[in-house]
Formats: sequence, C-alpha cells, structure tokens
Amino acid sequence: MLPFYQNIPQFTIIGCMLMGIFTALCKKGRTAFVLNQMMLAAVGAATVYLLVCVTKAGEAFDYQMGIVGHPFGNELRAGPLEAGLALAFIIVMACCILGGKEDLFHDMHPDKLPLYFVMADMLLASLLAMIYTNDMFTAYVFIEINTMASCALVMAKDGGATIAATMRYLVMSLLGSGLFLFGLSLLYWITGHLLIPNISEAVQNLHATGEFALPLTIILGMMTVGLCVKSALYPFHTWLPDAHGSATTGSSAILSGLVLKGYIMLIVKLIWQVVTPEIFCALHLDTVLLILGALAMIMGSVNALQETHIKRMIAYSSVAQIGYIYLGIGLGTKAAMVAALYQILVHAFTKPLLFCCSGELANASHHHKHMYFLRGAAHRAPLAGLGFTLGGLSMVGIPLLGGFAVKFFLADAAILGTWKMLVALGALAASSLLNALYYLPVIINIWSKELHGDPDPLPGMLRKPLAPTFAISTVCLAAGAVALGVFLQPVATFLANGLGLM
Amino acid sequence: MKEFFITLYHQRMLVTAAILFVIGMVGLLFNMNLIKKIVGLNIMDTAVYLALTAAGHVEGRMDPIMTDPTIPATVQQYINPVPTGLVLTGIVVSVASTAFALALTVRLYRIYGTLYLDDILFKAKRRED
Repeated sequence: MLPFYQNIPQFTIIGCMLMGIFTALCKKGRTAFVLNQMMLAAVGAATVYLLVCVTKAGEAFDYQMGIVGHPFGNELRAGPLEAGLALAFIIVMACCILGGKEDLFHDMHPDKLPLYFVMADMLLASLLAMIYTNDMFTAYVFIEINTMASCALVMAKDGGATIAATMRYLVMSLLGSGLFLFGLSLLYWITGHLLIPNISEAVQNLHATGEFALPLTIILGMMTVGLCVKSALYPFHTWLPDAHGSATTGSSAILSGLVLKGYIMLIVKLIWQVVTPEIFCALHLDTVLLILGALAMIMGSVNALQETHIKRMIAYSSVAQIGYIYLGIGLGTKAAMVAALYQILVHAFTKPLLFCCSGELANASHHHKHMYFLRGAAHRAPLAGLGFTLGGLSMVGIPLLGGFAVKFFLADAAILGTWKMLVALGALAASSLLNALYYLPVIINIWSKELHGDPDPLPGMLRKPLAPTFAISTVCLAAGAVALGVFLQPVATFLANGLGLM
Repeated sequence: MKEFFITLYHQRMLVTAAILFVIGMVGLLFNMNLIKKIVGLNIMDTAVYLALTAAGHVEGRMDPIMTDPTIPATVQQYINPVPTGLVLTGIVVSVASTAFALALTVRLYRIYGTLYLDDILFKAKRRED
C-alpha cells in the first residue's frame, strides 16, 4: 500500500490545473482572487505535510502515474529538495499575487481579471510539474505550458508596449523550447528512453564506451542552451528587461522570482540526474556556463547602472542575479551547486520583494516609474520603502541578509585552486561593487526629502494608505530574505542533503 | 569520403530534419515580419516531428496496427510506436503556440498598423517617451 503522502505531488499539480479550469467560470475578479489564494493555501499546506514526511523518511521516492510500469510509463519523483523548493515557490507565488493585487485591479479590465488567475494557476501547476517530473518529455510539455502562461501574464496589462514585449518574449521562448525539444528527440534517438533514470543509465554506458561522443555533446549543448535562452542567461537576455519592466507588478514579480527558476531547476536536474556532473564536466559544458554566468553578473549590473526606469533596472539586476546561479552551476562541485540552489531560494524571495515595493512606491508617485519622480517616495509609502531598502541591501550583500549568504557560499565553493577560482572570485567582487553602485543611489533617492518649490506638484504625490494585502506580502517576503541570511548553515545542510537524494 | 556519403544516406532523415530546423530557426530569429516568423516556428517544429518519427522507424517492419496472418504477431515485427505519440503531443503544443502568436500579431497590427517587429518596437518606444 502506497503511503498517502506520496500522492501529494500529483494532487498538487492536478489541483492547480483543476482550480484554473474552475476559475475560468468565475465572473468577478475578486472571487477568482479569493479562490486562487485558497488554492495556494491548500496546496501549500499539502506540500508542508509532504516536506515533513519526506524529511522524516530521509529518502526520495518515485511515484508511478497510471498503470504502465517502469520503462514506458510516466513518473514523478520527490525528495526533500523538491518538496522544499515547491513550498518556497508556492509561498512566493502567494506573496507576489497579494503584493501586486492593487496594481493588478488597477491595470486590468475587470471582465478579464479572472483569466489572469487562470493563468497564474496554470503557471504554478507547470512550475510544480517541472520540479517533480521524472520524465523528460513531460518536462517539455510543462515548459510549453509555462511559456504560454507567463506570456499571458506579461500581456495582462493591456497596451502596445506590453504586447510588443510579449511578442519578443514569445519568440525567444519558443526558440528555447524548440532547441530543447530537438535535443530531447535526438537524445531519445541515441538512448531510446524518456524516463530520467533510464536515460542516465544509457548515457553513462555511451560515455564509458565512447560511442556517440560528438552527438552527445551537441545534444546536451542544445538542451542547455535552450533552457538558458528561457532563463535569460547573459547573451540571451535581450527579451527580459522589456517583458519584466513593462508587465504589471505582480507579473514582473512572478516572472523574475519563479519562472526563470523553474527552467534552472530543469538544468540542475539535467546535470545532476540525467547526465552525472562528471560527464557534464568532461564535455566542458560547465566551463561555458561558468564564463557566461560571470559575464552575466557583470554585464547585467552594467546595464542596470544605465537605467533610470526603476522596474527595468530591477529587471537588469535579475540578469546579474541569474548569472550567480549559473556561476555556481558552472563551478561543477557539489558545494557550488548548493550555493546555486541557495541563490535560487534567495532570489525567489528578494526579487519579488523589490518588484512589489517598487510598484507600491510608483503608486505613491502617481504611477511614475522614473527615478526623478520617486524622490522621497519612501516617506509617502514607508513600508514599501523599508522593503525596497532591505531587498536592495540583500542584493549588495550586507550580512544577516540572504544575498550575503549566497556570496559567502559561492566564494567558499570557488576556492578550487584552478583558473575557475580567479574568474569566480573576480566576478563576485566586481558584481557586488556594481550592485552597490546602482542600489544605494536609489535607496538614498527614495529616502531623500521631497523636492520643494516645485511649481506644479503632481496630484497623487500624497501619503498613501497601506493596503493590508501588500503589507502581508512585504512582511512575508522580507522575513524570508532575512531568515535565509540568518540561518545559513541549516538551510545549506538541508539543500546539500536534498541534492544528495535527488 | 565514400563512407561519409554512405552514413549521410543512412541518416538522410536526420540530415533533412537538421537542415529544416536551421531554416526554421533562422526564420524565427532573423525575419522581422511576424507572419514569416510564425511560419519559421512551424518549420522548426515540423523538423522535430520528422526527427522523432524517423527515430521510431525501423527498416522493414510494420505499423503496430497491422497483422500478418501467416505468422503470429511478435514485437519484432513492429516499429516503435512511442515517438508517434510524442509527435501528436508536439503538434498540439505547436498549434497552441501558433494560435497564441497569431492572436498577438493581430493585436499588434491593429495598434501599430505594421507586421514588422523592428518597426513595432520603434513605434512602441516612441509612444512611451
């Protein structure tokens, strides 16, 4: 008899999809919002139970979908790491929607509001499926669902610029998934399997015999590049600032905090489960990721330095932060991979915090998003100001905040004694400095005194009443960012154990 | 040299798929006309379907729905039917993404009166400033 908790991954994925279908029947935006939050609470509670059970059992389990058995059927796999990440994603999703609610109801046509929540539910279902799946083709299908849902979230705020940004995003995303699918079909050609354990076995045999060495490199390269395009690694990031900068607050937060991480989780699965890290390093793909990651850390920050539009600046900062994750993956050791996973968690909490707070600051400044109009905005919306300051300082790497923990673990893992150490430490130092260069002026700007003697003060430049939904979301996200900075060692041990069981 | 061409002949489906994939990818990335971009996307997807179908085909075997009355049915008679199922899933996904991209194109054409993405991005930037 199957223990009940093993059904939870499947139930949460299907629950999200069913709720999406029910939400489509709603007429009112508010009902859809309440349904969505209830669903998130239920799924979150189930995932907590799963996390407790898996941690107690101390092992990961395979869950067979349907009656067709091992080599042909479809499977899910969950362990402590998967359950923990899923829980973090669900919490962040709820916070993003709560924090962006006011903007959402302002930006969207009331008749179309329920559809936004349909897409949010589908997005969560696809993220959970990407975390739990043990079958590469299922991963592909959910990548596509994720693409459609996230494009729909970007274009929720109706307008020419947003739709143009969505089109760019869609083109790049479809290119990425096309590359992934072609790589996957060629991988099926040479291994004959779709389930991850079987592919892994076949790939190890092929590597041992030296057969298909070149095709294997090309295939893994295609799949990795496809996922890199979708997760906006540096030279492929061109779509990100437009899409994340022009969308409504909640969408920007979800896209930056969660969607990019889903694809990165697939890369981690690809490296850790499908091909072992040794084979991945033997094919020199880790070097490519390391160099691109280091470039992203520096170039993303340099681009952010030139922006005066606050949301685009934060979007470019995402490019830099994604670079940290790839740097960790590219270093190729287990400690570095733990640091990369840590960064996934930290960025999932910090970036939505920054996006939600900057949206609130802009609301207190008559919906202007340029730095000039945001002067003194923190006095008009104090909680948003505090949240933004905390997030910004975490990105710079002040101790007791999440960003510091990541830099600490990355630097610790980078001490390998090879040329990689030089690249990683150099990029870390330069990137921290650049982060400080663009976050600190913004923080000083929003806390400065308001401009006096302005002949025609804009209406709406008033002290803003605090919305309870926004307060809940900011406090939760900030607590997450602080907790990740304070409890470094327990979280890192948990991630390392989870990675070992993956 | 002769062996190279023999390999090329045996892998002709894969070679065709790779060429089609590159054609589609270049169209999707570098053609600025949105409709042509979407056509490029479809060519790219078709290339993958060709590769998948060819991966499941075994020379001299039958479809798994046929029977030969003279010999009892065994697995060895049949081609691999799994990739065909994957192609079906892929077609559904590509129909959805094509429809979505076309809907976006219609909206963009109504707003900006042009199908060229560079033109659209330029006008969008000008309106924002």
